[in-house]
Amino acid sequence: MAARTLTIDGKAVSAREDESLLEAAMEAGIAIPTLCHLEGVGDVGACRLCLVEIAGSPKLQPACVTRVAEGMEVCTDSERLRAYRRMIVELLFAERNHVCAVCVANGNCELQDVAVAVGMDHVRYDYLAPSCAVDISHPLFGIDHNRCILCTRCVRVCDEIEGAHTWDVAGRGTGARLITDLNQPWGEAQSCTSCGKCLLACPTGAIVRQGTTVAELQRDRSRLGWLVAAREKKQWNG
Amino acid sequence: MHLAELQAIADREQAARKPIRIRCCVAAGCLSSDGQAVLQQLGAAVEAAGLTAQVEVCGVGCMRLCSQGPLVQVDPGGALYAKVTPASAPAVVAAVAGAPADDAPAQLDPAQPFFARQWSIVLEHSGSIDPERIEASIAVGGYQALYHTLHELTPAEVIDAITRSGLRGRGGAGYPTGLKWATVAKSQGPDGRKFVVCNGDEGDPGAFMDRSVLESDPHRVLEGMAIAAYAVGASQGYAYVRGEYPLAIRRLELAIRQAKKLGLLGSQIFDSAFDFRVDIRIGAGAFVCGEETALIASIEGNRGTPRPRPPYPAECGLWGCPTLINNVETFANIAPIIRNGPEWFAGIGTAGSKGTKVFALAGNIANTGLVEVPMGTTLRTIVEELGGGVPGGGGVKAVQTGGPSGGCIPERLFDTPVDYESLVKVGSIMGSGGMIVMDGGTSMVEVARYFMEFCKDESCGKCVPCRVGTVQLHRLLSKIQAGVATEADLAQLRELCTLVKETSLCGLGQSAPNPVLSTLRYFPEEYAGLLRGEVGSEQ
Repeated sequence: MAARTLTIDGKAVSAREDESLLEAAMEAGIAIPTLCHLEGVGDVGACRLCLVEIAGSPKLQPACVTRVAEGMEVCTDSERLRAYRRMIVELLFAERNHVCAVCVANGNCELQDVAVAVGMDHVRYDYLAPSCAVDISHPLFGIDHNRCILCTRCVRVCDEIEGAHTWDVAGRGTGARLITDLNQPWGEAQSCTSCGKCLLACPTGAIVRQGTTVAELQRDRSRLGWLVAAREKKQWNG
Repeated sequence: MHLAELQAIADREQAARKPIRIRCCVAAGCLSSDGQAVLQQLGAAVEAAGLTAQVEVCGVGCMRLCSQGPLVQVDPGGALYAKVTPASAPAVVAAVAGAPADDAPAQLDPAQPFFARQWSIVLEHSGSIDPERIEASIAVGGYQALYHTLHELTPAEVIDAITRSGLRGRGGAGYPTGLKWATVAKSQGPDGRKFVVCNGDEGDPGAFMDRSVLESDPHRVLEGMAIAAYAVGASQGYAYVRGEYPLAIRRLELAIRQAKKLGLLGSQIFDSAFDFRVDIRIGAGAFVCGEETALIASIEGNRGTPRPRPPYPAECGLWGCPTLINNVETFANIAPIIRNGPEWFAGIGTAGSKGTKVFALAGNIANTGLVEVPMGTTLRTIVEELGGGVPGGGGVKAVQTGGPSGGCIPERLFDTPVDYESLVKVGSIMGSGGMIVMDGGTSMVEVARYFMEFCKDESCGKCVPCRVGTVQLHRLLSKIQAGVATEADLAQLRELCTLVKETSLCGLGQSAPNPVLSTLRYFPEEYAGLLRGEVGSEQ
């Protein structure tokens, strides 16, 4: 495999010829924000956060699907790119109902992380506040479409790795929704193997394991009695 | 099939011609005004008058002046009747028989500028031949260019001819056709297969050029595809036609069947080693499937969404194989170029844009219909001379070209010649050829809002700027339209336009802001006039 030498943000970088700009930048310690990218599955260039400027190219190019080339001069961080990234994250926050305070993924959410990284501290656009469904028909998992950003990681991980292709997208524009099988409730989707890869791939709190949401939190007070008995009466079988 | 047999079919067809021929338009526009019944009545009247030996009645493709349909024309002489009804049809036959009736439908002057200033290459046989009979096409030279290509030209010579002709893609972007063919010819796929795809997913509001070509002269498109397939080394073609064009699909299906039967499609065409099959794929109503990578996904049976380019379809298209995608009108230009030579074609048009372009005139214009004019014709000539201006004589305010991807060009720039570069310079695009004329009463903000509504509904939803940005743009435009927007909203509108234009994945999103940007550029006072009174007071 031949190597290519290029410059990213003024830094000379060497990369394998089949590497993407995103991979080359990551290896060189240059962080480019992403949302739809997930290592191990194919890239689709959909979130547009990883757009970079390439000298000689009039158009911005997504780093995740652009191959490195000899002598390429790449800029991953300019005032224009920063402004665009911020606006894109704002658009995402305005699209559905991303209310961090009541989200299972709060503090462990890539959308949140990206918002911090690009400096998005408030949303200037109208919140579209759509009314989205929540599907908890699956015995183990659930999907809250209010938190989905349509990154299609779940679609790709299910198709490319599990080979089930349970997930896909139906509808278009802001009306697009993730669906399972032929738009059946997830619990009735026969192709689903319940492997849980979608759950692991989801960047937000859209796909969750049941029992982990705030509303489902239940305290088992009888455990207190058991613990007290164990401590005071040395009885371990309650 | 040999050339002699082809010639024999043409000769038989010519010999069967009767001295007088009454042509009745049976393309979609005229059919919707009862054209089929008019055709039947014409036939019945000829029979009733006992003129069947001298007069033939024949259904033909589009005669272009759709607003005056159903149109009926008589050969020889060219008497042209407008808005013929089943009831008034016998009067046309009576006039042919030399006994003009009082209730005869109105006649149009075939020498009026709308017809006289047109230059027909793509539409040369549209309106003069029966689109449902391959013999009619062969009688006017159909498939001769294919024969000539297969027996006298090498693929490289074909590509060279197309390159020298200067033909550029008629789908809108204007990519040099010869260069695209050469790329596909040179590309090697994983399994040696290559494909030719005809893009007939004409989705721009107000555009009906491709529909008309497919309905009026489908064999011309098939011949162009076959020549292209020979040049690039493909043996399978797909014609992707939008599902909203049932008549175009039916006529194309019929044309493919007829061509197969005569051995003009299929194996060993014209006894050469060249095989070429064409199948139809029907679009399911998504505008984005006119974008080539989305179209490919749709043909493959996947969800019709675009993917980032490169790789371009010319290298990696259908099922990963090199794929040539051209528009219907591009393919319709191929046979004439082979027949008349590239120099002939390159002699028409401007330095950078060769040949003719078909436009669909619509909106507030007297002559709604199809016009084909040489590249470089000014907008003023098209709108005022051919189009006849605004009905009733009011002034034209602007013309919108290129559909939702194009822009609005104000009347003061109507001396702009219609070619790829000039239209881009004034903030619009050639597009596929839709031309919507607007009079003084049109609100340009409303026009921009209309197109943005179209784009937000048609965005596939894959990339964020297009999916959500167009919705936000539409909300801002609605707010301005309602008179409740502020200066800050206008600034946000501009900023969002730039974002959507520069960061969207495919052409749909990248060009969606054009109607807004061009109206902001030429009609800023209309936006300013709609802003709320207390401008700047709200922070």
